[in-house]
Amino acid sequence: MIEQNAAMASAQRIWGLMYRHLALFRRSWPRLLELAYWPVLQMCIWGFTASFLATRNGSPAALAGGALLGGVLLWEVSLRSQMGMSITFLEEIWSRNLGHVFVSPLRPFELVAALIGMSAIRMLAGVIPAALLAWALYAFNLFALGPVLVLFFVNLMVMGWAVALAVVSLILRHGAGAEALAWSVLFGLTPFAAVFYPVSVLPVWLQPVAFAVPASHVFEGMRAALLDGTIAWDQLGWAAVLNVAWLVGAAVLFAAQFQVARKNGALLSIGE
Amino acid sequence: MTAISVTGLSKRYGATLAVDGIDFTVAPGETLGLLGGNGAGKTTTIAMLLGLLIPTSGRISILGHDMATDRFAALARMNFSSPYVALPGRLSVAENLRVYGHLYGVRRIDARIAELAGQLDLEALLHRSAGELSAGQKTRVALAKSLINRPDVLLLDEPTASLDPDTGDLVRSWLERYRAESGCTILLASHNMAEVERLCSQVLMLKKGRVVDRGAPQNLLERYGRDDLEQVFLDIARDRQHPEATA
Repeated sequence: MIEQNAAMASAQRIWGLMYRHLALFRRSWPRLLELAYWPVLQMCIWGFTASFLATRNGSPAALAGGALLGGVLLWEVSLRSQMGMSITFLEEIWSRNLGHVFVSPLRPFELVAALIGMSAIRMLAGVIPAALLAWALYAFNLFALGPVLVLFFVNLMVMGWAVALAVVSLILRHGAGAEALAWSVLFGLTPFAAVFYPVSVLPVWLQPVAFAVPASHVFEGMRAALLDGTIAWDQLGWAAVLNVAWLVGAAVLFAAQFQVARKNGALLSIGE
Repeated sequence: MTAISVTGLSKRYGATLAVDGIDFTVAPGETLGLLGGNGAGKTTTIAMLLGLLIPTSGRISILGHDMATDRFAALARMNFSSPYVALPGRLSVAENLRVYGHLYGVRRIDARIAELAGQLDLEALLHRSAGELSAGQKTRVALAKSLINRPDVLLLDEPTASLDPDTGDLVRSWLERYRAESGCTILLASHNMAEVERLCSQVLMLKKGRVVDRGAPQNLLERYGRDDLEQVFLDIARDRQHPEATA
């Protein structure tokens, strides 16, 4: 009974922080629009590029175009998950509200859970309109990948959260000076994530780097599903294992940086 | 049992000793004033009491909970207000209070918000954005936030800073009444000596991170041979000779 009450209290605190961010969206339609703006814009650019290639080069290019659109849409899952979590945390800094949050009974893991919840909502608000646009304009149905799509989504979201947790840790350590990482860090991983090309295209010495990135295995799996109609369980397995390792690493980093911030007083001056 | 117990509390930042081995206790229902000039260690002490800052050494116990090992149990029964920590300005007052109601595990949140709005004259402000309010209105909202969970221990950092005399007096009257009715323990850091004289039953004088004097306001006035706490404060801040010592 006590454990059940503790779980309910924990859920209420997580919901409290999520409610704070959802209320922001309820009061500002430009914020809602901004969530879908980049994914939709990306889809327009790459969709028309793929259509152009297909008209010039026929069926092989159409297949490659499909893989390109799938890559664009699925990479947005990681990007939006990472940005959604990092920016939600930054919102607390910008509003100078962290002092109140950290002296409430909200546990650090509950803070992370609320950030993850908001990240998932923000990601879906961005990716669903882009997926609908791909279907309406380019007849590309991402959902034709079948149930395995759920596994692709989950792996890419988890990778985004792991990177975001590392970014939040760096913000705790270095303050608002590290906030540019919230927008840029995952773009830096794009060349190694094999979003638009297979890992085999990379120089041999770079391939181990790519194979250490969970997303590279997801995109290898996506191409197998789109081009060959097969499910590459080994690639999905590697993505899951790597994600667990990344998430554990990020959680350890976050816990350590949170303690450092409590020791050096960074929580008092984090917005400055 | 004491509400707040602090033993040998120190905080060092590199070569700077911000708080230097302070000890104090606050009895349940008592209001303790924390006085000191800028850099005396008031904010650092409050941050350690709130668990925002880990002490270099020493021990803090609040409501019987050790803040080093069991701070969340204490935090659920505490609250904090400061004009230097904002509430999200784009949320309405009601939304802000609802957020903190959830964070502090308040049941029947809307009823509690209505109760506080009535007591602090916030009804007309509930649906306005917190960022649009005047300084006085923001202070009352911050106070409502700090009372949302009916705290047993309330930490107030300059609660009436930047308020006009009328609003400041209203807030002080309200705090006096709330403490009398609820039995809440209050720790008040302030630069307003009249406020401290009026609200506090005990005062702790801090200077360069150390407790340099303590006692009931009336006792301090008698000991320093002064008419008000401001003069006592200046005696301490400017290293003037203790009047009795020079006599």
